[in-house]
This record gives sequence, structure tokens and C-alpha cells, in this order.
Amino acid sequence: MSISTPDVIDLLAGVKPGSALDGVRAQRPQTREQAQQSYLALFQPSDITDVSQEERHAVANFVAGLHRHSDAFEFYAAALEETGDPRLLETLKAEVGAALPAGPYGHYPAGPLTAEDQPGPTFRVSDAGREALGSRLTAAFEHAHLLVFHPRDARPEALQALFDAGWTATGVVTLSQLVSFVAFQVRVIAGLAVLASATKRAAA
Amino acid sequence: MTENTIAVPVHNAPAAFTREEIGWTPWIDPLSESELTDRHYAGLVEEARAKSAYFRLLVRDPEVLEARTKLDKDIFYNTRSGLPRAERELAATAASRFNGCIYCASVHSRFASHHSKRKQDVQRLLDDGIEADLGERWNAIVAASVALTATPTAFDHSHVERLSAAGLDELEIADVIHGAAFFNWANRLMLTLGEPTPAK
Repeated sequence: MSISTPDVIDLLAGVKPGSALDGVRAQRPQTREQAQQSYLALFQPSDITDVSQEERHAVANFVAGLHRHSDAFEFYAAALEETGDPRLLETLKAEVGAALPAGPYGHYPAGPLTAEDQPGPTFRVSDAGREALGSRLTAAFEHAHLLVFHPRDARPEALQALFDAGWTATGVVTLSQLVSFVAFQVRVIAGLAVLASATKRAAA
Repeated sequence: MTENTIAVPVHNAPAAFTREEIGWTPWIDPLSESELTDRHYAGLVEEARAKSAYFRLLVRDPEVLEARTKLDKDIFYNTRSGLPRAERELAATAASRFNGCIYCASVHSRFASHHSKRKQDVQRLLDDGIEADLGERWNAIVAASVALTATPTAFDHSHVERLSAAGLDELEIADVIHGAAFFNWANRLMLTLGEPTPAK
């Protein structure tokens, strides 16, 4: 199955075979391979005991939406449509739309950095969203928003909220990796896409 | 309820950016060394990492940790070509400074400082923040890393042009992108699964 999965970063950054950027990526074969392996470990996992396939795609889709990255959003939405309840995507779009500040913001431990504190919103899923998503995904979306926009506001209580919603310790690790991986992936895609178009412009 | 956060209050937790060797403690149970199987050791990649509570926490999902560790090593340590190690660490430090990860910034500012021998400049980035004047080449790397770290990302052609004008070729610019992007992964784990502890 994994053999037929295209390289997601190449696909979404528009890296064409034989292009200058393809040559750049080819000089880092391990980076290219392990970024894809990270994706496969999260989205084609050998073990879904702690986090279901639907939950993985829904959270990734939400995180891509929070980054306003339309190609990554569509990519994960297509995967969600295959594995999830079709109404889930509609709920998710409504929640993304309600949750769009600019990051990073948040608070430092009290001290010399307090002057750099930047307050910002703490996201809570709407009542309608909560009903449609259920308690596990509701808690996961609220946690994902914290990680995407204001991770320095994190406290142990945020993890407790996940446990209270039924997440296991292993599930929390996978969820944290998944949100943080998509934050990485979206940035590599965005960065390489800019680099590719800059290279083309310079050559023109 | 069988599982819980294990957070214990940290006294004198670091409250400023520093190059000191501070520590980090998880808020939830890592696996114990006695629980580790071959599958976990494959995830840790290096046996020595079993001593770290951070990696024993992440190894709860060994396949993700294995890929992430190999990716990390290639982005930062594979310096046969491309950007010098010091400047990859600078990108990591800039992302960490902007996201506010005191622990990540401490580790990678030490690396940046060691590999560049520019201790004062690295310290200025920690003390004064992302606007510190570190000379044009480093300013360009910091600005690009910060723009990529913003949500939504603010990285655009002007950053590529500035890096290019500072002498970076395409591979080196791709190395900046990967170094900064990787710390948008690392910062989020370190900031939300535990907290820094004081230097011993």
C-alpha cells in the first residue's frame, strides 16, 4: 500500500520530476524518505488501538485548515471523506472558520519574558460542533488549536482534558506527533513551493 | 481512571532564554526502561536515547519516533553539502525563540554557538529576540525562519531573494526551510508534553 502512496511533500509543493527543486530534494534522500515515512507512520499506521483512522485524518484536516493551507486542507479532506462520516467534514469546516487567529502567541513563565506575553484566544468547539464531533474529537481539536497557535500556553491541565475525554497516554503522544508533524509538513510544502517559483522566475 | 497526568510542580523553572544546560520533565508517564521491547529500541534509533524521559515518552508510538529521529538527524547532521551546521542550528534557534520554547532554544543555541564560534551573536538572539542585528547573512536566515514559523506562514519570495543575496544557493535555502520547519514540530512537542527544569 505504501509503495503506491505518492510523496506527499512533492505532490503538494508541486515538485515536478526533473525540475531544479527535484534535484535539490534528491540531494537529501534521507530527509525525503523519512518525511514520507513519518507521514505513513501517522496515516497508514500498523496499530490503531489508541487513535482511529478517522480521528487521524480529521485532526490533520483541521490542522491544515488552521494553517490556511488550501492544498494540504484538500489533501486531508479527501482522505477524511474516504474514512469518515461525510457530515464530519462540514462540521470541521465550520469549526476551522471559527478558529483563525495568527500565531504564535501566548504567555511565558512569570519573569523577564512577561513583557513579551501576547494574549490570544483559547479555542472551544461550538455546542453544535461538540454534538457532531463527540467528546474525543472535540478535545482533540481544542488541543490541536493550542499546539498550532499558542503552544507556550500549554499546561498539564490541557493533557488532563484529553484523558477526561477518553484519550490514553499513548493516544496523546500520537495526537501530539500528528499535529506537530502537519505543522512541519505544511511549512516544508509552503517553503519549497516558494523556492520552486522563485527559481523559475530567476530562470525566466 | 487508570492514567493521569503525572505533572509535579517544577521549582525555579527557567523563565528566560539561556544557553545553560537546563533539563526537561514530562507531564505524562514515559515508558520505563524495563518496559522497552525491540520494537521500542527500533523507534529510539540509538540505544542511549532510552536514558531520556522525552524519548521514552515519544517511544509510546515507536514508528513515528523512528522516522522523526532519522529525519532530524539528516536535516541537522548531514553536512557533506549545503548549509553549515551552525546555520541550521541558527534556524532551529530562531524558530524556537519565536515560538517561545525555552528548552529547545537552550539546546540549539548552544549548538549554534559551538559550531559558529559566535557566542555573542547567538546570545543576542536569545536576549533581544528575533529583531536582533546579527549581520546580514544571519539576519536573513533568522527572518526566513521566523516567517516560516508564523501561522499562517509568511514566507515569500522576498525571503528567498534575501537569502540568495546573502550567498545561499537553493540547497542551502532548502536547508533553512527544513531546519525551521522541523523545529515547528519539535517546539510543539517540548512545549505541550512537559516543561523545562533548572540547570543542575
